[in-house]
Order: sequence, then C-alpha cells, then structure tokens
Amino acid sequence: MTRVPRWRTRLLQLWLPLGFFLLTGLAPFYWMLITSLKPNAELYNRRIMPLVVYHPTLKHYVDLLTETSFLTWTWNTTLVAVTSTAISLVLGIMLAYPLARMRFAGAGLIAATVAATYLVPQPLLFIPLADIINRLGLYDTLTAVILTYPTMLVPFCAWLLIGYFKTVPRELEEAARIDGANRFQTMTRVVLPLCIPGFISAGIFAFTLSQNEFLYALIFLTKTDVRTVPVGAIAELIRGDVFYWGQLMAAALLGSLPVAFLYSFFVEHYVAGLTAGSVKG
Amino acid sequence: MTTLASEPIAGRRPLAARDAISRWLDREAVFSWLMMALPLAFLFALVGYPLADGIFLSLENRPVAQAGTFVGLGNFIEDARDPVFWQVAANTVIYTTVATVLKMVGGLALALVINQQFRMKNLVRAALLLPFIVPTVLSTVAWMWILDPAFSPVNWALVHTGIANPGPSWLGNPILAMCSLIAINTWRGLPFYGITLLAGLQTIPAELNEAAMIDGAGNWTRFWYVTLPLLKPVILIVTVFSVIFTFADFQLVYVLTHGGPANATQLFATYAFDIAMNGGQLGRGASVALAMVPILALSIIGLTIYMRSRD
Repeated sequence: MTRVPRWRTRLLQLWLPLGFFLLTGLAPFYWMLITSLKPNAELYNRRIMPLVVYHPTLKHYVDLLTETSFLTWTWNTTLVAVTSTAISLVLGIMLAYPLARMRFAGAGLIAATVAATYLVPQPLLFIPLADIINRLGLYDTLTAVILTYPTMLVPFCAWLLIGYFKTVPRELEEAARIDGANRFQTMTRVVLPLCIPGFISAGIFAFTLSQNEFLYALIFLTKTDVRTVPVGAIAELIRGDVFYWGQLMAAALLGSLPVAFLYSFFVEHYVAGLTAGSVKG
Repeated sequence: MTTLASEPIAGRRPLAARDAISRWLDREAVFSWLMMALPLAFLFALVGYPLADGIFLSLENRPVAQAGTFVGLGNFIEDARDPVFWQVAANTVIYTTVATVLKMVGGLALALVINQQFRMKNLVRAALLLPFIVPTVLSTVAWMWILDPAFSPVNWALVHTGIANPGPSWLGNPILAMCSLIAINTWRGLPFYGITLLAGLQTIPAELNEAAMIDGAGNWTRFWYVTLPLLKPVILIVTVFSVIFTFADFQLVYVLTHGGPANATQLFATYAFDIAMNGGQLGRGASVALAMVPILALSIIGLTIYMRSRD
C-alpha cells in the first residue's frame, strides 16, 4: 500500500520507542544492582567508569544481613502485608457482595461512599490517625499499621470485587435458591467459588500496596524491631549525612524481590487489578 | 387425645420461630446490611471518624500530647499569612500538572507502542510495569544515588562528553530539584497509564479502525478521530486517579529532598508532616492537609466538565 519499507516503519513505530521505554524504565534497577555489588573503593572513586563493576563483591549484602535488622524488617513487612491483605479481602467481600448482587434501599449511596473513600488520600488522614493510634496506645506496634492499611485496601478490594461479582449470571443464583439454599449458602457455595480469580487480583494488588506503604509506617513505627523495610532503610541506613550506599542498594534490591517475585507469577491478575474500574466500569 | 394433639403443636412452635428468623435473615435488605455491618463500621471508625477529627483538629491549637484550645479559623488565617504555604500550593500545582501531562502523553505513546504485534510481548509488558510495582521508597533510593552530587553517573557522562564541568547539582538547585522530582514521578507512574490505556485500546473493536482505513483515513486521522474519542472515558478515570495521588504525594519528596532546598520542593503532604510531626503542631498541620481538599475537588470537577464538554 505504501512505499515506505516495512522494516523502517517497524523500526520507527515499534523498536525505537520500545527500546527507549525499556531502557529508561529499567536503568535504575541496573544501577541498583551494580552499586550493591561494588566494593567501597570502587563506589567512591570518581575517576573510573561508573557503569560497570570491576571487582564484584557480596560484602554489602553480608553486612546488611548481619549488621542491620534487615531480616527483622523483612519479616515485619511480610507479616503486615499478609495480615492486612487478608483482613481487607474478607471485609472487601462482605462489602462488595451485597452491593453487587442485592437490591436494597441505600445501595447506591453506600457504593458511592466506598468509591469516595478509595479516593481519600493518606495525607488527609495521617494526623488524626496518629492521634487515634496514640490514644489507643498502639504506637510502635505492628497492630498500628495492620489496622490502618486496610483503610485504603478495603475500598479498593470492594471496588474491584463489585465488578467481579456482577459477572456471575443470576440464573445460577436462582437455581441454587430453588434448590433450597439460603442467601448465605448461595454466596459461599455458588458465587464465591466462581470469583477466585478476582480474589487473587485483589489480593496481589493489596499486597503490593501494603509493601509500598511508607507514611503510616514512618509515623507509627519508630523502633528498630518493629520497622518495615522502607522505613528501616531510610531511617537506619542513612545516618545524618552518612549514606551507606552499598547497603542501601542491597536493601532496595532485596526489599523489591518479594513483590517482583509474586508479580512475575501473577502478572495477568495484577494487570486485571490495575485496570479494574477504569476499563470495565 | 389432648396430649397427642398438643405435642406436635408444641414441637412446631420453635420450628415456626426458627423458620421466621431464617426467612427474615433471607430478606435481601436484612442479609445485605448484616453482611456490610462490619466493613462499614471499620471504615467509619478509621476513615470517617478521622476525617471529622481532622476538621476539629484544624480548628484547634493542639500541641502533641496536650489538650487543644479552640481557635476557630485561626490556623487557616495563619496559613494564609504564611509565605511558605503559598509556595507549597504553587509547588504542588506545578508538580501535579507537569507530571500528569507527561504521564498522560508518555503513557498513551507507551500503550500505542505495545498494542502492536511483536515477539515476547508479555515479557516486555511485565518488564515495563516494574517501576510501578517496586516499592516507591526503594526505587527512590536508587534515584538518589543516580542524582548524587559527587557520584552521579549522569554527571559522569556530562563531564566526560564535555557538556558540563562540573555537572549540575540535581537536588541542590531549586528548579533542577523540582524537575528531578517530576521526572521520577513520571518514571514511576507512566506504566500505570500505559497498561490501563492499553487495556482501553484493546476494547476498541478492530472493525472501526478497518472501516476508517477503507474510507482512506491515515494513521494520524484514525488516532485522532477514532481511537482518542473512544479512549476518553478511560483517560478521564486514569487522570482523576493520578491527579489525586500525585497531588497528595509524600514518599518521593520526603525521601529525595525533604522539601528542600529552601522549601522549593515542599508539597502539601510533606509540609503538613513537617508542621505536625516535626513541629508538634497537630492543629496547624491538619489545616494544611485540609487545604488540599478545595483545590483537589476543583481540579477533579474541572477535569470532568472539560472531558464531558468535548464529547
């Protein structure tokens, strides 16, 4: 149809821009990796080419694991993420199911409130929440963040699951009702088992959000042994003007691994969670 | 006879009561409210109540761990007289506007690029999403080292190619620091736009593009008159999301610049944090955080009207 050779169009419309996006997207991770492998002598030498490692060493990793509380932070982060994700999924299901499948007065108002709650940004809540957590005596306990993370995760899970629950055909529910199942049985035995992909999407996304959370953890967790990875790295690997760059990069890389690992297995579910509401709804 | 007759009746009574209860529980409204009671109570206690508490706090002079005294709109008047507050407002608007435009244009380009057919598409898409997946604080640490005044690889390249010597101080110069923040926010948020818009692109029926092609429309015409109008609802939702979360951004600024140099990169969230957590003035901090609401609401309403009016 056109005179322009096909390879040139492909190059200009696909490979060049794709290469640009991949390069800029992934370069910081490359930089993280090589910095974590460089010995200090190489790290702080301004004369040598910085983009390669001449004498790779695992010293920073060993130091990070033995001299800091990184393993405790990792355990805390995982515990908090798993617990708050589980709580959010259960509460999200309880909220989404009636909104998606029942007819009752006030349903529209509640659905709108849930959506609005999802859009309340954290900085609007952290000062009063700090006050509340303080009054409850929960400062420096993991309970403080396990309680507060679901404030952003429950509305998200509910929103995503409303879309999922709506896809289950009414006929299935009616058939179960005719067979004598009550509403609760219909839900647990007929509708919920069909929505497991939705639970995985919501779960993966909620888990990633918990791992990413910083503000609440920064305010509520001020002691080493209750800190999460992001707060621990920022608060304890940067002391005044002294930066432990090698260890910081090792921490950044190791701290990113759980999410990246989980994500690589469930990319499709993650994308489904990401695009829920914007494309379907 | 009487005993025989009374027995089944006595036995039926609790059964009838149980029946009535389970029938009552089976009513749509009853079942719904019972299911929603716990999550709604949770959201009320930890979102609704704090929101209201925040409004009360903003009307008080409230040092940490002390009782507050009611000062009416005193905190807001203090905000209005505080030159840093207005600088923070300007910074936040600039940061949000520029980063959102960059993410939108870049994300649309990214979506169009990966919407084509090529090998290892799934792997490439997964790799492109990485900046969005990795915890922000951890990737920001990598950026901090990339922009380090002495050991920046960017400056190394600038010096060795002879473009600049010495290289610029990326986080020490007010304008460059803001540009750096915007660039990193864009780097992290662009995949979200890209993947969501890609999902939107994939819902556009191929026949529409084919029909336009038969009518002689070129690539650009098809993009402008077919793709873009159909993508508009998705663009609107993604933008509203992104505007809210960029406007209220905290992590990136807190880790990279702490609002410096000289408040040049201070945003509402970091300024409220500084006043409330470091300065111990909870009331004043709450008033700065609340000041986000009208600007945020206005921009969302404005955006919605703008997108609707161009239908």
